[in-house]
Amino acid sequence: MRRYLTRKLITYVLAFFVGVSIDWGIPHLMPGDPIQGLVSRFNVGSSAAYAALYKTFAQSFGLNVPLWQQYLDFWKGVLTGNMGGSIYAPGATVSSLVFGAMPYTLALLVPAILLSYSLGNRLGAAAARRKVLDNSVLPLGYFLQAIPYPWLALVVPYLFAKVWHLFPLSGGYDQGLVPHWDWTFVASLLDHWFLPFLTVFLVSLGGWAIGMRNLVIYELENDSSRYLRALGASERVVRGYAYRNASLPQLSGLALQLGVVIGGNVVTEIAFNYPGLGNLIFHAISNQDFFLLQGIFIFIVLGVLIANFIIDLVFVAVDPRTRLSMQGAAA
Amino acid sequence: MSESLSEAPAAAVAATGLPGGPGAASAPPRRNDFLHYGLRNRKLLFGLGLELILVLVAIIGPYLAKNPPMYITPYPLQKPGGQYWLGTDLTGYDLYSQLTSGLRESYLVGALGAGCAALIGMALGFVAGWRGGWLDELVQMITNIIVMIPSLVLLVVIGSYLSSRSVLFEGVFIGLTTWPWVARAVRAQTFSLRSREYVDLARLSGKRPLSIILREIAPNMASYLFLVVILLFGSSMLLAASYDFLGVGPNNVASLGWTMNQANANAALNYHLWWWFIPPGAVLALMVFALLIANVGLDEVFNPKLRES
Repeated sequence: MRRYLTRKLITYVLAFFVGVSIDWGIPHLMPGDPIQGLVSRFNVGSSAAYAALYKTFAQSFGLNVPLWQQYLDFWKGVLTGNMGGSIYAPGATVSSLVFGAMPYTLALLVPAILLSYSLGNRLGAAAARRKVLDNSVLPLGYFLQAIPYPWLALVVPYLFAKVWHLFPLSGGYDQGLVPHWDWTFVASLLDHWFLPFLTVFLVSLGGWAIGMRNLVIYELENDSSRYLRALGASERVVRGYAYRNASLPQLSGLALQLGVVIGGNVVTEIAFNYPGLGNLIFHAISNQDFFLLQGIFIFIVLGVLIANFIIDLVFVAVDPRTRLSMQGAAA
Repeated sequence: MSESLSEAPAAAVAATGLPGGPGAASAPPRRNDFLHYGLRNRKLLFGLGLELILVLVAIIGPYLAKNPPMYITPYPLQKPGGQYWLGTDLTGYDLYSQLTSGLRESYLVGALGAGCAALIGMALGFVAGWRGGWLDELVQMITNIIVMIPSLVLLVVIGSYLSSRSVLFEGVFIGLTTWPWVARAVRAQTFSLRSREYVDLARLSGKRPLSIILREIAPNMASYLFLVVILLFGSSMLLAASYDFLGVGPNNVASLGWTMNQANANAALNYHLWWWFIPPGAVLALMVFALLIANVGLDEVFNPKLRES
C-alpha cells in the first residue's frame, strides 16, 4: 500500500511541477508581448510616457529580472499562494478571486460527478444483458454522451427557464440579494444551482452508464461468473460480484474523466453566468487578465491532483491488490 | 533479401493457425466475415448511414448557401424559412451558411485531432509496450501527467496570448492533449500480444522490432485501434465545440461552437431566438451520436463475443 501511494504521490508532484512550469513558460514562449498589450489599453500618446508606463508594468509584474529569477519568483508565489493582483478586478488579488469563486464551482462539480457516477453505474449494471432495459438505456446513454456541453448549457436554461418558467435563467443568486447566510439567500442559491448542476450531471451520466453496461457484460461472461453459476449462486449474487469487479476500471475512468468534466463545467458556468471559476475564466479572457488566468490554471491543476489522490485512497479501500502492493489499479 | 527470406517461415507458421496466433492466419476469410456481419448489423448501418448523410451535407451544403458564412446580410434576426433557410442572427449572418461550413470545420478539426492523437499515441504506445522497462515507466509517467493537466484551461491560457489561431492549431492542440488515450490502449494491447508464439517466432527468425510491430502486432489490434480512433474523432469534435464556445477557437472561421458563442453573448435565450443556438448543437450531437452507434456496431462485427446478444 505504501509503495502504491508513494508512486502515485511522485506522479502528482511531477505533474504539479510540469503544470506550474508550463503555466510560467507560456507567456515566455508565446509571440507578442503581454505588457505591450496591457500598455496599449491606456492609450498613451508620447513615446516617453509609453516607455515609463511599460517600465512600471514590467517592474510590478517582476519581469525586469533574469529569467531564472522570474521562474523562482513564480514558484515562490505559487507556494505562498501569492499570485499577484488582478487586472480585471483592480485591488483584488488572484487568490482572493479564486477562493471567492471556488465554492460555487465545487457545489456544481462535486454533486454532479458523484451523482452521475453512482446513478450511471447502477443504470448501466441494471441494463447489462437485459433486453428491454438495454434497448432504452443504451441509445439514451449514447445520445447523452454525444451532446456538446455548450449546447446543453443553452438548451436546458432555454427550456426550463424561458419556456417553462421553472427555474431562473442565469446567475448564482437573485440579483437583489447580498450574499449572507439566511433562508431567502440559501433558497435563491439552490434555485439558481439546479439547472447548471443538471447540465453537468446529464452529460456525464451517459458515459458512466455505457461503460458500466459493457464492463458488466464482460464480467458476466467471465469464468468466475460461470463458476459461481455452476455452484448454484443466484443471478443476484453473480451480478453483485460482476458489479464489484467492474467498479474498478470505472473508478480509474473517473480519475481520467476529471479534466473533461472540469472543462464542461467551465463551459456550463459561462453559459449560465454562474459565479464560479469558469465564469472567472471568462472575465479573465475578455479582459486579457493573464495573471488571473495563470492563477486559475494552477488552482485547477491542484484540484485535479487532490481529486486523483482521493480516488487513489478509495482504490486502497476497494481493491485489495493495492493494499498488498500487487499490481492492481493499473492507472 | 534476407528480410524477405526470413519472413516466409513466420507467415507460413502463422498460416497453420497455431494456438494464440489466429489473427494473421485467418485474415482472408475473416475479412469476408466482417463484411458479412457488417452488412447485417443494424447499428452499424444506421450509424454509418446517418454519418454519411451528415458528411454529404458538410461537402455539398456550403455550395448551396446563398452567402459566405462570414458575410453580413442586411436582414438580421430573420426567422427560418424563405430567403434564409435557417434564419439570420443579430448581426445578419446567414445561419444556414454558418451551419454547413461549421459542419465542415468540425469534421476537419475532428480528423486533425484524432489523426495527431493516433500518430503520437501509437508511436509511444508501441514503444512502451514493446520495450517495457524504464522506457515504459517513462512513457506511462508522461501519459499520467498529461492526463492530469486540464486541457481546456491550458488552451485558454495559451489562446489568450495568441492573437491569431488557425483550425490547424486547434486540431493539433487537441491531438497533443488527447493522445494518452491511444497510448494507453496501444501499450496494453502490445503488452499482451508481444509474448504470443507468432511474435516470438518472428523475433527468432531475425525480424527487426519495427517490422514485427508493423506486421505482426499492429494488424492484430487494428480493429481495436480503429474503434479507439473513431471515439477520439467524436470527442475531438466535442472538445473543439467547447473551445470555440469559449472564444479560444480559430479566428474568423464559422464553427458550430462559435455560432453558439455568439448566441450566448447576444442573449439569444432571452429573446427566444431558438433557431440561432438549437441547430448547431443538435447537428453536432447527431454527428457524434452517429459515430458512437457505428462504433458499437463495428465492435459487434469485430468481436464475436458481443455478436450473440
